[in-house]
Amino acid sequence: MSEAVAVAHGHGVHAAPTSFWRKYVFSLDHKVIGIQYMSYSLFMLVIGGLLAMLVRWQLAFPGRPLAFMGKIVPAGMPGGVMLPEFYNSLFTMHATIMIFFAIMPLLIGAFGNYVVPLQIGARDMAFPRLNMMSFWTAVPGAFLIIASFFVEGGAAQSGWTSYAPLSAIQPKGQTLWLLALLVLGISSLLTAVNFITTIINLRAPGMHFFRMPLTVWALFIDAILLLLALPVLSAAMIMLLFDRILHTTFFLPAGLIVSGAAWTNAGGGQPLLWQHLFWFFGHPEVYIMILPAMGIVSDVMAVFARKPIFGYRSMAYAMCGIAGLGWIVWGHHMFQSGMNPYLGTTFMISTMVIAVPSAIKTFNWLGTLWRGQIHFTTPMLNAIAFVAMFAIGGLSGIFMASTPVDIFIHDTYFIVGHIHYVLFGGSLFGAFAGLYFWFPKMFGRKMSETWGKVHFWLSLIFFNGVMFPMHILGMRGMQRRIYDYTQYSHLKGLQPLNIFMSFSAFALGVSQIVLIVNFFWSLKFGERVGNNPWRANTLEWQTTSPPPHENFAEIPIVYHGPYEYSVPGMAEDYLPQTQPASAPLSSH
Amino acid sequence: MNRRRPSWLSLIVGAAIVAAPALLLAASEPNAPWRLPEEASTYAGRIDGIFNLILWITGIVFFLVEITLLVFLFKYRAKAGGRATYTHGSNRLEVIWTIIPALILVFLAVVSQDSWAYIRNHFPSSGTVIDITAEQFAWNIRYPGPDGKLNTDDDIVTLNQLHFPVDKPALINLHSKDVIHSFFLPEFRIKQDAVPGMTTRVWVQAKHTGNWEIACAELCGLGHYRMKGYLTVDTPEGFQKWLAETAAENKTESK
Repeated sequence: MSEAVAVAHGHGVHAAPTSFWRKYVFSLDHKVIGIQYMSYSLFMLVIGGLLAMLVRWQLAFPGRPLAFMGKIVPAGMPGGVMLPEFYNSLFTMHATIMIFFAIMPLLIGAFGNYVVPLQIGARDMAFPRLNMMSFWTAVPGAFLIIASFFVEGGAAQSGWTSYAPLSAIQPKGQTLWLLALLVLGISSLLTAVNFITTIINLRAPGMHFFRMPLTVWALFIDAILLLLALPVLSAAMIMLLFDRILHTTFFLPAGLIVSGAAWTNAGGGQPLLWQHLFWFFGHPEVYIMILPAMGIVSDVMAVFARKPIFGYRSMAYAMCGIAGLGWIVWGHHMFQSGMNPYLGTTFMISTMVIAVPSAIKTFNWLGTLWRGQIHFTTPMLNAIAFVAMFAIGGLSGIFMASTPVDIFIHDTYFIVGHIHYVLFGGSLFGAFAGLYFWFPKMFGRKMSETWGKVHFWLSLIFFNGVMFPMHILGMRGMQRRIYDYTQYSHLKGLQPLNIFMSFSAFALGVSQIVLIVNFFWSLKFGERVGNNPWRANTLEWQTTSPPPHENFAEIPIVYHGPYEYSVPGMAEDYLPQTQPASAPLSSH
Repeated sequence: MNRRRPSWLSLIVGAAIVAAPALLLAASEPNAPWRLPEEASTYAGRIDGIFNLILWITGIVFFLVEITLLVFLFKYRAKAGGRATYTHGSNRLEVIWTIIPALILVFLAVVSQDSWAYIRNHFPSSGTVIDITAEQFAWNIRYPGPDGKLNTDDDIVTLNQLHFPVDKPALINLHSKDVIHSFFLPEFRIKQDAVPGMTTRVWVQAKHTGNWEIACAELCGLGHYRMKGYLTVDTPEGFQKWLAETAAENKTESK
């Protein structure tokens, strides 16, 4: 063990808390913080999902009243009829909440916090106090974003991308939106610093970088992406905040005339500057949300195919490649923005190239299944769905990478379909896989497999029922973010398809109740399954379930990589990382 | 390992081989409801050609990936006493499945670039010049008057009514008064943002006369959904007649 690692291990040690507040509320334990993040993100996931249901109601039956909603939100839906400005708030907040308050905290905050120290053999995060602060900084962010619904003029209405100048002239809810994301940005930066430090310094003896599970690799790269991308967004948001409240003009050109009157604080700014800054963060952000799911799926797949990951090193390199290339593709969101068309060519080539590492990963997952012994557990089903759905999301991305094709499909539902295949079909199925996989480690009990499978099949079927037709809507020219498409004669005929999609969405929403009930039922009545129910190799399974304070009775020693399954000549088909191999292990 | 392939596997693979092109051909059926809208501009066919090329390539890859996945799931499902093959991978295979997608994607980039340059970089030297200024939630359209220059007193202006003649390029300058809008003519495969503080340019040439709707594709506020304009493609004579009538209406209104 290197001196640095030894010192760092000592640094992570802290006494077991005894008071309720220290143990469960202001805890320094990464496991408690992980579960706090999980509760937070699942709660926000429900809110984000409910907003999507309202959006789908309007799209199925434009203008049809929903009586009970008239009583709940009389300002946004008087008499139950949705107002266009409320509709704009709904999709803006749906996307914002899902991206920043549900998927990111779930994949990074919950799984990252819980799993990373365990998988690298550390007692805790490098900075436990900072870790606690990260979570408690994220909480006011959620309050701010929810509170924005209740201010004068309602919540933000300019889309999750908040393009200026629209976002500069919106009601007060937009200011709260900016403040909420700034606060959340601070939380994410603290988390990123902690992850990077922890993974570099607190790895157990023998845990070389190329012995780390791919979940840790993914979260390591994720943290670097966050650390470099978030400050750019934060800077842009501070500039927009200044434009809104201090009357600066970073994004406001001279001569703006809004509602027939000259806009008082306009002059000299550039609307496209916001887009460049936003997408410089926004594109890596998509990878920030998919990389942890890729890592989780790799871990789950190796365990349930009982096989080493096919091309482990290239899987790690592919993630590095995705992260590196992720910086030079932001302009593909701006092909139709008025940016110089010569730049479009540059961004098209880099965007095409970034599809290659994603293809490598997909083929390597198939290679992992090849000649495996596949066990169709609930985590595995969700991991397989991830691969199948991510393939669709990845392939549909090639359409918008092509500059001439993007002229037509940009800002249509084709894009909405693509991003949902990446973020629901990808990230959320990856998160479901992780949830079912690590639930026994977190709580010592297994979630019901039967209800897990019911939840999986319902989710898979209805997810495709909602999201696949989005590509068809886009091909017919239906714009995204449109309150009433029946205003256009060429879109009127799309209503039956929209109705079908909306009922699929409602069913998808209802299906998640199965997950919620299963989660809470299993907490109390789930089967007790011991320390290593999946017969897995990685370090988290070599301690008790749930792990004790400081994770391990003794810091484990790592002898080999994480995916040594079905090693010839061994009685068992798995070889924990803490167990030396009786014979040399092959790399091919 | 010499294992006899089970017959069901042959059936699945055979069905996939038949189903994949059949489904892709069905997707290419001109009158299918999921087809792209009609091609009303001279370059719509170029865009659709690349769209369909990508659809075929990604469609084939999609079927290959999903069918391979399904076959593996059936073939390698856990069996009592069974054991997985111990392998960490194959460098040769990984090189192959890195190079092939890379070559396909570079090919698509090259093909796309040709049309992108044609549509966005090579503006026709002559045509009908039109100035469009977007605002929440309307399209202000302006034609040069008898002096042939824009932004002079004799300009001909309309609201939400765009006309241009068939078989002749329309050269459109886009501006915005307030927020970002996006000029979208789905049947003409043209979309371009109108950004306050700058002028963006786009050109289009209609293949035949007719009437279509102009949409705004960029979220521009609560009335975004009803920011609708109307395009009429006239014969050259019809266009001149409409222009003269509109000029006369403008004069009447200004009195």
